[in-house]
Amino acid sequence: MSAAVIVTGLVKQFGRFAALRGVSAEFAAQRLYAILGDNGAGKTTLLRALAGLTPPTGGSISMLGTTDLHSVCGQLGYMAHPSLLYDEMSGMENLRYFARLYDVADCDCRCAGAIHAVKLDPSLTRPVGQYSQGMRQRMSLARALLNDPKILLLDEPFSNVDLGSAREMVSLLMGLRDTGKTIFVVTHQAALLEGAADEFVWMEAGQIVSRTPDLQPQETR
Amino acid sequence: MKRAFPILAVLTGVLLSYALHQALVTAPTEQTMGDVQRIFYYHVPSAWTAFILFFVNFFASIAYLIWRANKADIVALVTAEVGVVFCTVVLVTGPIWARPVWGIWWTWDLRLTLTLVLWLIYVSYLVLRRFSSSGQTPLLAAVLAVFGALDVPLVYFSIWFFRTQHPQPVIGGGGSLDPRMLHALLINWLAFSCFAALVCWSRYRLEVLRRDVDETLALEALLEPRSSQTGISPTGRAG
Amino acid sequence: MSTVASLTRATLAKDLRLEWRSKDAINSMLFFSLLVVVIFSFSFDPTAEESRQIAGGLVWVAFLFAAVVALNQTWAREMRNQVLDAYRVSPAPPNALFLAKVIGNFIFVTVLQALMTPLFIVFYNLRALGPAYQLPIVAALGTWALVVNGTFFAAMSLRTRSREIMLPLLLFPISIPALLAMVEATGAILTGEFSARFWIVLLAAYDVVFTIASLFLFAFVLQAE
Repeated sequence: MSAAVIVTGLVKQFGRFAALRGVSAEFAAQRLYAILGDNGAGKTTLLRALAGLTPPTGGSISMLGTTDLHSVCGQLGYMAHPSLLYDEMSGMENLRYFARLYDVADCDCRCAGAIHAVKLDPSLTRPVGQYSQGMRQRMSLARALLNDPKILLLDEPFSNVDLGSAREMVSLLMGLRDTGKTIFVVTHQAALLEGAADEFVWMEAGQIVSRTPDLQPQETR
Repeated sequence: MKRAFPILAVLTGVLLSYALHQALVTAPTEQTMGDVQRIFYYHVPSAWTAFILFFVNFFASIAYLIWRANKADIVALVTAEVGVVFCTVVLVTGPIWARPVWGIWWTWDLRLTLTLVLWLIYVSYLVLRRFSSSGQTPLLAAVLAVFGALDVPLVYFSIWFFRTQHPQPVIGGGGSLDPRMLHALLINWLAFSCFAALVCWSRYRLEVLRRDVDETLALEALLEPRSSQTGISPTGRAG
Repeated sequence: MSTVASLTRATLAKDLRLEWRSKDAINSMLFFSLLVVVIFSFSFDPTAEESRQIAGGLVWVAFLFAAVVALNQTWAREMRNQVLDAYRVSPAPPNALFLAKVIGNFIFVTVLQALMTPLFIVFYNLRALGPAYQLPIVAALGTWALVVNGTFFAAMSLRTRSREIMLPLLLFPISIPALLAMVEATGAILTGEFSARFWIVLLAAYDVVFTIASLFLFAFVLQAE
């Protein structure tokens, strides 16, 4: 399987704080990667660098065969802790608008499909600002799925989501992985991805310290 | 290159002394205004020097936008700072000259007004540089400099036409210049230009050193184990 | 090109719809504009003859203050929930977003002007002695000048400390030629003493130069972290 994402010597510094200190890794396609680690390990920075939101201070990123991240951004889906949605619009209205950004064909159908996939109701007219945190997370994931991206970058998708819904999201992600997507999930809830993720990537102090096929307890804590 | 600096310093010293002598002693006293007119030899060359510095700033900013060269950003910073100082000289000497001669502190004289607007634009440029987070400063500043430069011809024409509609006194008077006065003026301009170059060069070297230190510290932070780093949040340090 | 136009339209429609729904921003701004007119009228109480001379300046300074308040909240909705990141991650052309915001602000400020102008006319007994048809042209060109640079600098201020003060600080110096033109043109039309033609041309030139510059450079500002 060819590599979907190749990161070489990635460095990101904010002034004197080094969030990423030389991350090098190859990530194969059609896999579900769980990125784990303590707060401040650099997980979010790595994801943002992959999404093209944070230009690296050093090193390079190759995504889908090219280092020009902007050219492949239409094939990325990104989700973060802020919802990236307009609080004053309903879920469907939000998605319809964001679908325009990606020039998605068959807009309404695709939006409704994405909302169904995260087990929400497309006909809900309540503005997103009034959703519960868990519903907002799921709608945010629906937005990331709109353009049927080849690579999904998800930052803490399960936070504030109840266990049942989280498990449903995990099986959704597994299904998406099986259709050929490469998925990166940053999470503190490693146990949720046990049995689902193909690989667990452990980060510490801005570097990848280990990659394991299954969830093992970390010795150094 | 290193030896050029002391040579320039000496040359500047000599020129400034000569220019001072020219302005205050050698140049003839103006008929109507008297000795106060000698401020002219400071007022006008400062304006020209400031305009040249801002011109360089414009090109340095464009160079930064195209090539993202660190050196271009430093040149832009340096010329803006020194340019603002020279602008301040113009804005201070203008009223000092105007008051005893024409009885007014201020007039919308073309040169004076243009200098005021440039001063405002470049002070806002320096404020932007100070207030933006360090990673983005060069880019945002370069963009603002381009906007400022595009503004200049528009400012010029607007003031020029304003003055035809609302006639205002002209500081400096019109008419031709006595050749000895022209000589003094040009010598002063040369001296000021050398002085500006000297100051810019010093400031440039200072900034290069400062950035080197920052880079070294950043590199150290990169290489050493995380536990000894200070707890600066990853949202970036300001300024 | 067609993507830019259609995306601009979609973004503008979304912004107008959102503004219409919440209405609190426009309401408070309308009231602010009213206050500005009243305060100015208290502070400058000229005779009818004088008022025509200075009305240009008064009106445009009042518009400027109202515009700054409107401009400061241009990107507020995009900053909440980091929606701006969603734009940056997508392949959407940044200029579409910029144009939509500029046009939205233009409409916004024009609405404020539509409230303030009759009040000024009332308080100052204004009457145009020159060609009154030129006034809407001056208003449109002048508003565009403020709004195109204002929206751009509002985006720049997002990356700075003291966001709200940064916007007027950057906007006012650059806007000086446009302000001079607006004030002089309005004065010329009201007093009928001069032709406003030069100022109108200058405003048009200003608008063209800075619209092109903004479109050219907006992508840089958006991608800045």
